[in-house]
Amino acid sequence: MPDPSSAVPPIVVDAVHKTFRVPEERVHTLKERALHPLRRSRHETFDVLRDISFQVNRGEFFGIAGRNGSGKSTLLKCLAGIYGVDRGRIWMDGRLSTFIELGVGFNQDLAARDNVVLNGIMMGLTPREARRRVDEVIDFAELREFEELKLKNYSSGMHVRLAFSVAIQVDADVLLVDEVLAVGDASFQQKCFDVFYKMRAEGRTIVFVTHDMGSLKRFCDRAMLLERGEMVHLGEPHEVADRYLEINFAHAAKQEAAAKGTQDDGGAIGDGDRGGDGEARVLEAWVQDADGGRPASLPQGQRITLNALVRFEVDVEDPSASVYVLNDEHRAVFVATTTREHDQSGHFAAGEEVQFSFTFDNVLAPGRYSPVFTLAHRGTGLDLIDRFEGAFSFIVTAPEALGGVIDLPVQVGIARAGQAPPTGDAQASPVAPLHSGARS
Amino acid sequence: MSTVEASPFGEPLAPAAPLPGLGRPIRGPRALNDDWRRFWHLTYNIARNEFKLKFFGSALGYVWQVMKPLLLFGVLYVFFVVISHVGRGGKPSEQFYGVQLLGSIVLFTFFAEATGGAVRSVVDRENMVRKIQFPRLVIPLSVVLLAFFNLMMNLIVVLIFALISGVQPMLSWLELPLILVMLLLFSTGLAMLLSALFVRARDIQPIWEVVSQIVFYGSPVIIPLEKVRETLLYPTAPHQPKPFLYHLYTANPLVTVFQQFRHAMVTHATLSAGQALGSWAGLIEPLAVVAAIFALGFWVFNRSAPYVAENL
Repeated sequence: MPDPSSAVPPIVVDAVHKTFRVPEERVHTLKERALHPLRRSRHETFDVLRDISFQVNRGEFFGIAGRNGSGKSTLLKCLAGIYGVDRGRIWMDGRLSTFIELGVGFNQDLAARDNVVLNGIMMGLTPREARRRVDEVIDFAELREFEELKLKNYSSGMHVRLAFSVAIQVDADVLLVDEVLAVGDASFQQKCFDVFYKMRAEGRTIVFVTHDMGSLKRFCDRAMLLERGEMVHLGEPHEVADRYLEINFAHAAKQEAAAKGTQDDGGAIGDGDRGGDGEARVLEAWVQDADGGRPASLPQGQRITLNALVRFEVDVEDPSASVYVLNDEHRAVFVATTTREHDQSGHFAAGEEVQFSFTFDNVLAPGRYSPVFTLAHRGTGLDLIDRFEGAFSFIVTAPEALGGVIDLPVQVGIARAGQAPPTGDAQASPVAPLHSGARS
Repeated sequence: MSTVEASPFGEPLAPAAPLPGLGRPIRGPRALNDDWRRFWHLTYNIARNEFKLKFFGSALGYVWQVMKPLLLFGVLYVFFVVISHVGRGGKPSEQFYGVQLLGSIVLFTFFAEATGGAVRSVVDRENMVRKIQFPRLVIPLSVVLLAFFNLMMNLIVVLIFALISGVQPMLSWLELPLILVMLLLFSTGLAMLLSALFVRARDIQPIWEVVSQIVFYGSPVIIPLEKVRETLLYPTAPHQPKPFLYHLYTANPLVTVFQQFRHAMVTHATLSAGQALGSWAGLIEPLAVVAAIFALGFWVFNRSAPYVAENL
């Protein structure tokens, strides 16, 4: 095993370029080839990786993020030596272990023991080393009672546990991991996380491919963002996560715009999403930060305002305006309405344009939100005038995703028995820095 | 960001030599790698697991493995020997004809399993090829090794059958390893060639099935070499001798392998490979064919190995 303090970087990638040649019609038989001898040369080339250069340092947890088809898995396969590169070079120092997919080469008809040995050998162990580790692997996977069972009788969860256990038993200096963390039940997942933390503490280098920004920010020291085969960002994980959300958002917005463009020719915007009697119409809705700007992404902890500009077509008495903030799962995270404070919002004349705004401290968990504005007649709020949905969405960014729907300011106390719990001064910032620099 | 200077546009693949201050270059998949131990361990363990599966996988396991050539032997024996009287002309070379027949069948079974099994092997192990880095040659070689394990089991049966039939142990039995090496090299060469070609053209499989049949009849399995030689080289009038056809026949390395097996292992009354080829110098030809097939197979496989994962 190389000296952990060795100056040789474990991974150096220099100007790597990878092209796939995709034949327009795949010719698979000699007959087809004989019948169409001239067709052979026709194929599309398709650049999967363009001019990628980076270096990973020893003991670093390095993330590669990107959307589907951005080339991140191809890059990992090039690092692993599964694909050759067309241009550029890659250097690697130390023993390598790849987790492209768990349980590759597992034979369903063999017992767990035999599969563990074979898989160990595939990952570069000698048969003796592999056999010595069998018990360790099976214990880690918590499959002691099932070790003589054929793999085809395993549940998929057991399968994954066994495969993960095999993969981590290899004494690798460099681990290439492709989105395999999100497997197994909760307690096993916790075990996996513990293992990765331990490995990093031991000075191993881990390259981690993901499109889950939560785990990217939780694990990685540094990360890069790939988009259409190009490296668009390299740096702190939270920066990469922000860029990722932005790119994703831009992409989604473009699609939405395209969809709308085909939908309404001259009609009102998003008529398909609207309801109500039309006595007033929301003309425009937008999100505003504390400085009055209209950014696409907003950092958590600031004050933000959701605005809707409404034009009344006829006279309306005491209408109520509400906003539903939906998260990406289309669940309302919170609802704000004018009836709370302005039960009698007043009289609005035909032709009047009115701006309704809802200002709040942004305690939303990082992610994408789409507000829905509704305008209703006085009363139960069910008698709709207008419903304005899907017009825009905004992104909340935060250094860390903790997993909840919102991140409230929290005062944490730790007190031993017999001591009074400390009463912290309640001057927490809108969003307390819960992630108190453990990993930033 | 990178510690190395950017390579000029269009530079070919990485140089093999490591640069100071950097790790080893990663060069993508290859047919072979530098770590021979790992190569062998992988090949051996894949073959061993497959063998184990066959052995313990079905109720009669080993019985089936042995029964396959024995059943073929039974059928051929009844139809050709009992009914058509092949090998029962009373000539000295037809001594122990049953053992000769069974021995050749067992050797041919190895050839058929090694080459026929290799054809689809790389494509069938697609999952491995696309997901882990390992020397690609492991795949066809493990198929050959598996067939070799089976051959060893079958040869035990041949030995028992020979001793029962009254074959006396001979010093020339020591030639067996040489005979097997020639068979092994020929089969391995074809296994590499076929498995690489199959990735590009799927009709290699039916083609090879037909060729394999032709080779079966074109080798001294059922029809003794002595008979072929008599008909083609020393025909009774009015046929003309056909030395070219005989030449073509003996160019097949399996003819040398099977015939020398009959001569060295069963009875010296049969012609040795040297006699069949005219002289021992004539051996150069089938050996050259083996060497050529092996070299071609390796070359083709080695060339396609880096792109197999992408072309599957």
